[in-house]
Amino acid sequence: MKARPTRANSRTIPHFDVARVREDFPILDQKVRGKPLVYLDNGATSQKPRSVIEALNRYYAEENSNIHRGVHYLSERATAAYEEARAKIRAFINAGSDREIVLVRGTTEAINLVAHSYGRTFLKPGDEIVISAMEHHSNIVPWQMLCEQMGTRLRVIPINHDGEIVLDEYRRLLNDRTKFVSVTHVSNALGTIVPVRRMVALAHELGIPVLLDGAQAVPHLRVDVRDLGCDFYAFSGHKMFGPTGVGVLYGREELLEKMPPYQGGGDMISLVTFEKTHYNVLPYKFEAGTPHIAGGIGLGAAIDYLQKLDWQGLAAHENAVLKYATESLAEIGGLKIIGTAREKAGVLSFAFDHIHAHDVGTILDQEGVAVRSGHHCAMPVMQRFGVPATTRASFALYNTREEVDVLVRAIHRALKVFD
Amino acid sequence: MSDLDDLYQEVILDHNKSPRNFRPMADANRKAEGYNPLCGDHVTVFIQLEDGVIRDISFQGSGCAISKASASLMTAALKGQTEAAAHALFEDVHQMLTGGTEEDAPARVGKLAILAGVNKFPARVKCASLAWHTLNAALKGSGETATTELEN
Repeated sequence: MKARPTRANSRTIPHFDVARVREDFPILDQKVRGKPLVYLDNGATSQKPRSVIEALNRYYAEENSNIHRGVHYLSERATAAYEEARAKIRAFINAGSDREIVLVRGTTEAINLVAHSYGRTFLKPGDEIVISAMEHHSNIVPWQMLCEQMGTRLRVIPINHDGEIVLDEYRRLLNDRTKFVSVTHVSNALGTIVPVRRMVALAHELGIPVLLDGAQAVPHLRVDVRDLGCDFYAFSGHKMFGPTGVGVLYGREELLEKMPPYQGGGDMISLVTFEKTHYNVLPYKFEAGTPHIAGGIGLGAAIDYLQKLDWQGLAAHENAVLKYATESLAEIGGLKIIGTAREKAGVLSFAFDHIHAHDVGTILDQEGVAVRSGHHCAMPVMQRFGVPATTRASFALYNTREEVDVLVRAIHRALKVFD
Repeated sequence: MSDLDDLYQEVILDHNKSPRNFRPMADANRKAEGYNPLCGDHVTVFIQLEDGVIRDISFQGSGCAISKASASLMTAALKGQTEAAAHALFEDVHQMLTGGTEEDAPARVGKLAILAGVNKFPARVKCASLAWHTLNAALKGSGETATTELEN
C-alpha cells in the first residue's frame, strides 16, 4: 500500500509505542470479571481514544445544532465541523474530492446504497455480479436482494483452503455479462488481505466497476482509493476507532453523478427529506435527513488520531503481535487455525473439534478476554471450512504480546474444562 | 462454586460428550427444526406422538455444550411423558433459564435443574432454550422452523 503523506503540522509518534497508545484508550484500563480486560474483539468494533470521546462530548456540549440549514452561529459552527470531518476522510483515503465522500451509517448502508442506486439503474436481467466466497453478509445479501428484484445473477469467486481468493477462477468468472464486482479488502472472518488492486485492474480491463468493502482494512492498512483504482470503497467509523452509526461510501464522482438518490425514486419519504436542489449536488444527494453529526465529527477526530501515529511502526507492531499469536496458538493441541493466508491483517480465527466456539468464548470471558464466537456474519465461510462457528481473536493497534499470553492461558483453561 | 463451574457441571459435560437420543428418527410423526440466527446453532427435534403421549423423542444438530446438553436432558426427561406434561415442563424450564436461581426452580424440572446455572450467563440462555423452542414447534406440528429470536 502506498504510504500516505503525513500532514505537515501533525505530531508524529516515532517508533510506535504501544504502552503510550494504550493510555489514549480509557476503556482498556479496567477489570472485567475481576481480571484485567483483554479486548480482542476489534473486528466487531474497536475501542475509542480519548480524543474521539472528547470530540463527541464537545460537539454536544458546545456545538450541537443542525447543519446545512441554519444561519445562526451554532449551525455554522456545526456545519463547519462536519464538513471539516469530510475533508479529513477525503485526505485519509486520498480521494480526489469531498464530493466523493458520502457519509452513511456504516459499511452495510454504503453497500446497500450502491446495490440499490447503481444496481437498480444500470443492471439488467441476465447481468452478473461477482462477489467472493469470503464476504460478510453485508456484501452478500444486498446483492441477492438486487438479483431477486432485477433478475441479475450472483457469481461467487471460490477461495482456497488457506482462505485466499483463487485469482484464476476470478479471471474465469469475468465475462461480458459481468456488470459489477464487489469484494472485501480484508476478510472479517479469516483476516485475509485480498489482492484488490490486481482484481480491480482485471475488472477494469473489461470496463466493470468494482466496490471494495474496506470495513476491516481501514484500521490496519493505509488505504489510497486512487492507487487501488476502485470505483467505490465502503467502510465504518466504529471499526477504526470512531463512533458507531457513521460510515463512509467513497464513490468516483463520475459514477455518483449518474446515480439516482438512494432514498428517492418516488418514495414519499424522500420528498419530505430531499429538496430539489440537493439532487444536483454531491455528496448531499445521497445524504437524506439529519445525519449523525456528532458521529461524523467523531470520525474526523479518529482520523486525526490515526494520522498522528507512525504507520510504519504501527504496521510492524500489529504484524508482530499477529505473528506471535498465530505461533502461540498453533502450539495448542487440537486447535485449528481457520484462515492461513500469506497476507493477513488483524484476525486470528480458530476452532476445536470437541469444543464449540461458544463454550470457548464463555470461558475466555471469565478470564477477562473478549473474543467473538460464532459465524462472524460470514456463514458461507464457515460452510467452506466445515465448521459451525469459530472463535475469533481480532487485534487492534493497542493489543500486546502479553495479552496474547493471557489468551493462550485462557484457552488452556477451556481445554481443562472440556478435558 | 464459581459461576463457570456452575455452568459447566459434570452432568452437562457428560451430556455434551455423550448426548442421549442423539439420532434421526425415520418414523417420527412430529418434527421441527430450530435455529439460533445469532450463532448459527441448529437442532432438529423428532417426536413419535401417540394418543397424546411422547413414545419416542430424539434430536440432531450442532451447537455448543449448553445447547447439546439441554437437548439431551430434554429428550431424556420427556420420553414417555404426555404432551400436556411436556408443555408444562417447557414453561418451568423457560422460567428457570430466564428467571430465578436453582433454589427457585420448580421441583417439577427434576434433573433439568442442572441448567439453572445458565441464567448467570445471559448470552447463553438462548443456547439452552433452543431445543425447547424447537420442541414446542414440533408438538404444534405446524412445520414451522423455531427460532430463539421470538423470545425476549
